[in-house]
Amino acid sequence: MLDTIIYTLQDFMTYTKGITYLIMGGILIFMPLFWYFLTGRE
Amino acid sequence: MALDKPVFIKPKLTLFNIIIGIILVMGLILTILRFTKGIGAVTNLDNNNPWGIWIGFDLLCGVALAAGGYVTSASCYIFGLKRYHSAVRPAILTAFLGYALVVLALHYDLGRPLRLPYPIFYSQGTSSLLFEVGLCVFLYLTVLFVEFTPAAFEWLGLKKIRAIVVKLILLLTIFGVILSTLHQSSLGALFMIVPSKLHPLWYSGYLPIYFFISSMFAGMSMVIFEGSLAHRYLENEMDATHKKEASGVAFGFAKAASLIMMGYCATKLIGLAVDNNWHFLGTSWGLWFMFEVVGFVAFPAVLFAMGSREKNLTMVRFAAIWTILGIILNRLNISIVAFNYHLPAADRYFPSLSEIGTSVFIVTLGIVAYRFITTRMPILHEHPDYKAH
Amino acid sequence: MAISRRKFLSCIGAAALTTTTNGLSKAYGASNKHFKGHPDSFGILHDITKCIGCRKCEAACNKVNELTQPEKSFEDLSILDQKRRTDANIYTVVNKFKHDTRAPVFVKKQCNHCMEPACASACFVKALNKTKTGAVIYDESLCVGCRYCMIACPFEIPAYEYHKALTPRITKCTMCYPRLLEGKLPGCVEACPKEALIFGERDKLLKAAWQRIYRYPDQYLEHIYGEHEMGGTSWLYLSKHPFSKIGMREDLGKKSAPELTTGPLSAVPIVVGLWPVLLTGVYAISKRKDKITKEEKEKAVAQTTALAKEDTEKKLEALREKMTREKTSAINFEVKKALEEAEKTDAADKTDDKAPEESGKEEN
Ligand code: SF4
Ligand code: SF4
Ligand code: SF4
Repeated sequence: MLDTIIYTLQDFMTYTKGITYLIMGGILIFMPLFWYFLTGRE
Repeated sequence: MALDKPVFIKPKLTLFNIIIGIILVMGLILTILRFTKGIGAVTNLDNNNPWGIWIGFDLLCGVALAAGGYVTSASCYIFGLKRYHSAVRPAILTAFLGYALVVLALHYDLGRPLRLPYPIFYSQGTSSLLFEVGLCVFLYLTVLFVEFTPAAFEWLGLKKIRAIVVKLILLLTIFGVILSTLHQSSLGALFMIVPSKLHPLWYSGYLPIYFFISSMFAGMSMVIFEGSLAHRYLENEMDATHKKEASGVAFGFAKAASLIMMGYCATKLIGLAVDNNWHFLGTSWGLWFMFEVVGFVAFPAVLFAMGSREKNLTMVRFAAIWTILGIILNRLNISIVAFNYHLPAADRYFPSLSEIGTSVFIVTLGIVAYRFITTRMPILHEHPDYKAH
Repeated sequence: MAISRRKFLSCIGAAALTTTTNGLSKAYGASNKHFKGHPDSFGILHDITKCIGCRKCEAACNKVNELTQPEKSFEDLSILDQKRRTDANIYTVVNKFKHDTRAPVFVKKQCNHCMEPACASACFVKALNKTKTGAVIYDESLCVGCRYCMIACPFEIPAYEYHKALTPRITKCTMCYPRLLEGKLPGCVEACPKEALIFGERDKLLKAAWQRIYRYPDQYLEHIYGEHEMGGTSWLYLSKHPFSKIGMREDLGKKSAPELTTGPLSAVPIVVGLWPVLLTGVYAISKRKDKITKEEKEKAVAQTTALAKEDTEKKLEALREKMTREKTSAINFEVKKALEEAEKTDAADKTDDKAPEESGKEEN
């Protein structure tokens, strides 16, 4: 997808939102782990 | 360990049970009709009105009124308001049943229900807000299910798994709030794509915010309403803690709901101002809009306030019912009444009897399931083996 | 300066599927976040002033798409008196509008093949797509049947097969996509006897349409419907009468569907980014408050116990002192008494008795 040109806003949204959804999944997994790291010594 | 309550309790032939039986039979017939003759045979939907009450009531109202789950568990576990603890389980149970029924109702409304997993697992249309709703509802249903399992595990005596789940409560609650924020607001945002079809008084850039805020007081009102119903019909299932805390929960939520509802009215006012919609207020649509906002938000907000000041439980319960009706009115206004407002009367939608029947059937299923579970599992009381987790 | 459909026939074959290669040379990219649509994509210009309402396009559409034959034949023009919309079996309709007393106006209606289709933006399984030919096409193998595309379409085009129980589909004009791929004209365009429908590259059609407007200013409104409506459509319309009077909404605005939804769509990831922080923060604060309250309570308890202890000790001390004092005074009293007595009897004997008696009492 990266090497082809995106011609419509619609395709742009589908593509970028697809990526943000993956990032969101990553955040939801990372944040709790980080919290445990942050408070691990308490 | 012996089960808390038996699985099979012989049903009694009360009037209530007979009515429920009739509704269930009617629902089965409608179900058969729907899946043999098609959506067109049982609904009044047409090409101009592709969404009827199965979406407007079953989905939009169902999800809003199931918000009690995240509101209650967030108050208890995140905001640390321990006095709501006895209200968490019934609220989670209602939320879980609510969402399960929403998904069930979708099977009636979707043309090809078996493809329901497609958007999540097969072809992700990420530019759609409906994708967002679908994903979050799916995830949240899972979260609610896990949050609900401790009660089932206690009932079945599975101590070890229960202990694991209980440790995850905080994480699940935070997930639940995030997912709820997202899909409650996205349900409103579904209509952002149709500025030309939804009446300007209801169409707003703030739609997602309106839906999210109203879901909070919808959830609180449902907890109060349900509490009053449970008190009346399921009192023998309650333990002393639940009874002692119940009125405190009602007053606490009444106060919170009242404040949030006033804030909601304020945002509605701001919405009118930013879109310069004042001139619509003089039209008949404007009257209907005021009827909704003043009559079914501001008015019950004041009732809630008076009820919580005077510690008047009856008034609080009345206000809760009024608020719930207001939420239903608002969701139906957006999805049906003010939707397609530009079409001539002949092209407008009105639900058919079988559509209403199907919705009634689905709500009834929820009541039956709630009763089945609360009379067996430790929902309205704590399990003697697991005091205070 | 009418554009002959034959002229376009010749160019289709060459241009139909070559858009990717020459697309690369043009500056359409995501970087400037301004999207102009697929380069050289096709469109259709409907010159409403030329339409005579013969329904030949409807008949052709029915034929090329292999739809079920309607009860009344397409020759029957009486149906034009009803206001119709597209249906599961009808991809295009011609509507008649009586504008003042003069001759009626006929308008063909079908999917406008938006540049930024609302239906595609709304579809949560990507069953609807804008292709590089310009056609917005539907993939029935993906469709779940949520009908959100029908809600979203501002032109009220997609229809649904409500009476199919198990495999209902969305139906709408395909811009004859399969025919385009074969290098053929859309059925309706080919059938139009009056060149009221002209097929070509959208950019060129736009220019040609403006030329018509400039050349015949009293015959056309200075507005090409579809140039900007909802972000622009591949189907373009020229008319003499205001579009709102001939069943076409002029209040749709220029914002395309994806523009309307980008706000809420971009709020979603921010919620996921910030909520965990906020909620965990609130939790941490409430927990800390609990902890502080607990600590304070403990401290208070400890303090009170300590205070109480001190207090008792003080009291004990005081008691002891008092007792000692009492004792001493008692002794003193005794001594005094003894002394007085001794004075009466023997002075030397009494002083020896007093000392051991005092030390013994102290030890108690
Ligand atoms: S006119 Fe409607 S159906 Fe056709 S492309 Fe546009 S939004 Fe989609
Ligand atoms: S009905 Fe089908 S095509 Fe339309 S939005 Fe839903 S899944 Fe997509
Ligand atoms: S382009 Fe094809 S599908 Fe569309 S109206 Fe014309 S004939 Fe029908």
